[in-house]
Order: sequence, then C-alpha cells, then structure tokens
Amino acid sequence: MNWLKSWVRPKLRELVGQKEIPDHLWHKCPSCEEMIFHRDLEKNLRVCQHCGHHMRLNAKKRCELLFDDGEYTSIELKSPIVDPLKFKDRRKYSDRLKESQNKTGDDDAILVAHGTMGANKVVVAAFNFEFMGGSMGMAVGEGLLAAARLAVMQRAPLIVVPSSGGARMQEGILSLMQMARSTIAVEEVREAGLPYIVLLTDPTTGGVSASFAMLGDIAVSEPGAMIGFAGARVIEQTIRQQLPEGFQRAEYLYEHGMIDMVVHRTDLRDTLIRIVGLLCNPGASGELVSLEPAPKKKTVSDVDEVGEDPTPATFVDPDAIVVDAIDPNDDKKD
Amino acid sequence: MHNYLEFEKPIAELEGKVQELRHLTGSEEVNIADEVGKLQTKVEKLLKSTYAKLSPWQKAMVARHANRPHTVDYIRDLITEFTPLAGDRAFAEDSAIIGGMGRFRGESVVVIGHEKGADTDTRIKHNFGMAKPEGYRKAQRLMKLADQFHLPVVTFVDTPGAYPGIDAEARGQAEAIARSIEVCLSLKVPMVSVVIGEGGSGGAIAVATANQVLMLEHSIYSVISPEGCASILWRDKEQNQVAAEALRLTAQDLLKLGVIDSIIAEPLGGAHREPAAAIATVGEGIENALAEYAGLDGGVIKAKRREKFLEMGKHGLS
Ligand SMILES: [Zn+2]
Repeated sequence: MNWLKSWVRPKLRELVGQKEIPDHLWHKCPSCEEMIFHRDLEKNLRVCQHCGHHMRLNAKKRCELLFDDGEYTSIELKSPIVDPLKFKDRRKYSDRLKESQNKTGDDDAILVAHGTMGANKVVVAAFNFEFMGGSMGMAVGEGLLAAARLAVMQRAPLIVVPSSGGARMQEGILSLMQMARSTIAVEEVREAGLPYIVLLTDPTTGGVSASFAMLGDIAVSEPGAMIGFAGARVIEQTIRQQLPEGFQRAEYLYEHGMIDMVVHRTDLRDTLIRIVGLLCNPGASGELVSLEPAPKKKTVSDVDEVGEDPTPATFVDPDAIVVDAIDPNDDKKD
Repeated sequence: MHNYLEFEKPIAELEGKVQELRHLTGSEEVNIADEVGKLQTKVEKLLKSTYAKLSPWQKAMVARHANRPHTVDYIRDLITEFTPLAGDRAFAEDSAIIGGMGRFRGESVVVIGHEKGADTDTRIKHNFGMAKPEGYRKAQRLMKLADQFHLPVVTFVDTPGAYPGIDAEARGQAEAIARSIEVCLSLKVPMVSVVIGEGGSGGAIAVATANQVLMLEHSIYSVISPEGCASILWRDKEQNQVAAEALRLTAQDLLKLGVIDSIIAEPLGGAHREPAAAIATVGEGIENALAEYAGLDGGVIKAKRREKFLEMGKHGLS
C-alpha cells in the first residue's frame, strides 16, 4: 500500500502562519449569545466559557486536540470516482464539491491520521463538518476503510469522530451503500481484536448514525451533541407533536442507554487515553483481570467547572468491571 | 376494480370502453366480441408502450401502488409451513417487519420482510411498513437464528423508511439499523433480498445487506424519497420528478451501478396487474440466487457478501 505521508506539525505551521484570525475578534455563542474573545475561545478548546456550549471542531483541530503534542501523520486517501451519478440539483454536484474543496483545502469530509495518544498508537478518522456538512459519500467510505486497515496494520485502536448530517444525497444510492461499507470497516477492526471507539460529536445523524457511528465498542459523546436517526423536522411533521426538551442530545442518548458517557471537551483526551490504556494494556502479566482489588485511581477531574451544564460526566469505574467480570462471589464494596 | 395511476388515464379510458362493451354482449350481436378483441389488443399495446418508458417518478408511483403484492402475499404463495416468529425479546413486537421460518422449494429458510398493509386496518397495524427499533431488532434475532441453524435468509424489502418518531429515537433507531446491517454482514448463510416495492433508505438496507439483491422491474431503491430530496435540495416539493430522475433510484440504474445483482421482470402493466405471476417470477429469481451458494462454505459466503459491497461504486454512470 502506498500511504503518502505528510507530517503535520501544528506548531511549525503556526509559525509559518496560516490564515490568522486576529485575537481581538469577538464570537457570539450560538447557545447563550454571549460574546467571547477569539483568543479565549481558542484557549478554551472552542467551548463557551459562559454556558459550556461545545462548538464544532474541524478535523484538523480535532486531531490536534487528541494526539500527543498535537502531532499526527495524516494519510493520503485514494480518491474515488468523482460525481458517480452526474448529479445536479439547483447546482452541479461537481461544482459544490470543488467549492468545498477550495473552502476547506481538503479533498472530502474525512481526515485519517495516526500518531500517539498517551503514548499509545492510535488511528483517528475525523469528520469535517465544514465539508458539505460532513456528509458520507464514496470518499468518506473509502476513508473509513483506509482508517480501519491502517489500524489493523499498525495493531492500533481506531477512534472515529463523526460530525455529519448523514448520507450525501448527491451520491444517491452509492451514499446509502457506504452504510454497509463503513460497517465492514468496523468489522475488520473487530476481527483483528482491536478496540473501535466512537467519539460522537455534533451532529451525528441519518445514515452516519445508523451505521459505523453507533457500533463502537465504546461510545463517548461531547456534551450537547445532536445524535439521532431522523431529523427533528421530519419527526415533527410526522407526529405533529412538540419534541421534548433536550431531544436527541448526547445527554438524552445517555439517559436512554445508547452511549457510555458524555465527556466535557477538556477531559476528552484523558478519558480516551484511559479507555485505550485499559483495553490495550491490560497489565504486566498480560492478564485481563486481577483478583486483587486494585487501588482506586482518581478518575478524570469532575466537570463542575462547566457550571450550568447539568450533565454529569460519567465514567466507568474500572475496578467495578474487574470485580463483575471475574468473581461473582466477591461482594461489591461500593 | 383497478386503481389507476395518474399516467394510466389513457389506459383507464380504453379499459373502460372494453368493460362497457362487455356489458352489452349477450344481448347484442356477435360483432361486439370482435370489437372487444380489437380494443384489448390496443390496451395491451398501450400498456406495453407506457410501461416500457416509465419515468423514475412514475416508477415510484408503481412501486407504491396499493394493489402491488406485498410481503404477506409473497410468503403466502412461495413459502409453505410458514411459521411466524415475533418480538425482539427486549421491548415489543413490531409488525412493520414480519418474519418467520418456512419452506421455500421444500427447504427451510428464514423469511423477513417489511409489510405495508393492504387496507386501512392492516396499514395501521403494520405502520405502513415503517419499522421501529424493535422491528430491526426482531430482524436481527431472526437472522441470528438462521445462522445458528444454517438456514438461508430471504428478505422482502418494501418500506418508505424507518419510522421517524420520538419513541423510535428514544429506543435507538440509529443503533438498531446499524446493528442490523452488521448482523447481515456477519451471516455465514446465504442471504437474498428482493426489493418488491419501495426500498426506502436506511430502513431498507438494514435488511438488504445481502449476498444478492434483486429488484422488481418497477421497484425503487434510494437514499432518500424523491419528495424528501426535492424539499431539501430544491427547496421545492414540486420537484419530485426532477429529484427522482437525479437520484437514479430505478432498478435499471442500480444494476448499472453494480448496487443490485439482477432485475426481475414484471407482468405487463406492473406486478399489481397480475400479482400471482409476479410472485412466481420472484420465486424463480430467489431460487436461482440461492442456488449460487449451494454447498459453499459459510466463511466463503460471508466473504463474498463483504467483497461485493467493497467493490461497489468503482464505476459510476457515464
Ligand atoms: Zn454560550
């Protein structure tokens, strides 16, 4: 396989200078409408310091956040057939594609990268919502397959970070088929015995939620992320009812047992490092579990600082898992 | 009597005349028989020419025709000893997807299909073929059962899509569909799916990630309904026909794209005119498709299915 490698060193790139946004620029939080200094927003990982609203991160920013020192290697993806259906709505799909490519500097809506996270090798496939709403067509399907194969080749866990409205309509039935193809990607990782972790971010809906995104061995979500199959408008039109407060938000999915945890962006990297560590580095003896109750480790800092975010960051107690899994007679101590 | 579609008006008029003439027979001269015969030939010609060049939107209308045979009809005619199985063992029974065991050409199979219903009562009972998570979870259960006992899986696809509702979302509609696709892909027994009417998006592929996907000549299979696509991409619900065109949702286009494996011809004027004949042809199609996997190792069957989906999309339409 010829993976064309391109080193990305964000710090270096900062020096060389990309399109800089002046620090004195103000942003308005779409949730609480408070004004935020650009510099403060970036420092706060694009989380509103007033209300805790998590703004979207593009794929590059996401990778910088997740990988050690923000350093990663992205792989060049095979470009699939362009505009397979010769699709044209009010505009030609090929024109829309070009426009998105110019705007983002990317080929399509997915970035596949590898590097280390907490010194563990990981492969990350991150969606770029800025590219046609992160929609999944042939290119995204190919990207997920490439990510899976890279993970298998490197014996590394795969972390997928969807941020997508769903299937790319302009690729018609072929976009629907990516639901099957992306599921095959998941299967390849599973069959290799490697962890497949999904970090659900805003939004994860439609054909993306109804395929690889909901198949994680572990499902983590950012607070407030919109996650669901059918769009809110379609549901309202069908049932002619008001949707409940917080419907299809990460916290709602958590309450309904659909995801493992909702984690504040500040704690995300540490949480993922811990999950990967638990799954990939089971212990010196190589045994999955130990009968000795391990000393309680402090888990990630709590999210009280988020203030009004009512969602508890929820973490699995690793010790509890050990006890449950190995010795049913051992009384749970807490 | 026949439910005519809008574009079938000329056919309806001709057939109306035939009916009138027939009422006259008996009392009047023998000439009428001749006249009826002539008109009948005309009707056939008109049907042939109309159905030979149906537009994608017209095909959508035919695919949704109320008299089109539904999953229950296929099961009744093709499956003996049919034994319905129900429930997802977690929450409920969802009749939008029906399924069970039975014999096809004498051999045990597991059959699963969306059921739209044929009249108001049954439509409501089957929720117009729009399944909730429990429907997909039941399908998963039946597919796993088939795998466990080495029975081939046959599915009939006929749904406007998965049900968009609060309860469906609360119980994990997305996960239910995703997991169904995963189960389809995991099977070590042959799986054959037939799109008999409407293949509506995720709700369809959930039970159609199969070794072979067959489509009736005038059925459709799409990522979104023409109506939905028109309102999103054209911001105009009136653009259904244009959207249907652009989506390439006909069996003929999907065969060219390599998304389906074969097309099953329909009786003249569509499956709804001669349901029994249509069902019989579908039976032959399923038999031929299953025959390709006879004697194959389970691992090979699974690998072939996977390979087929990986190959998809290598060629676009020129
Ligand atoms: Zn805010």
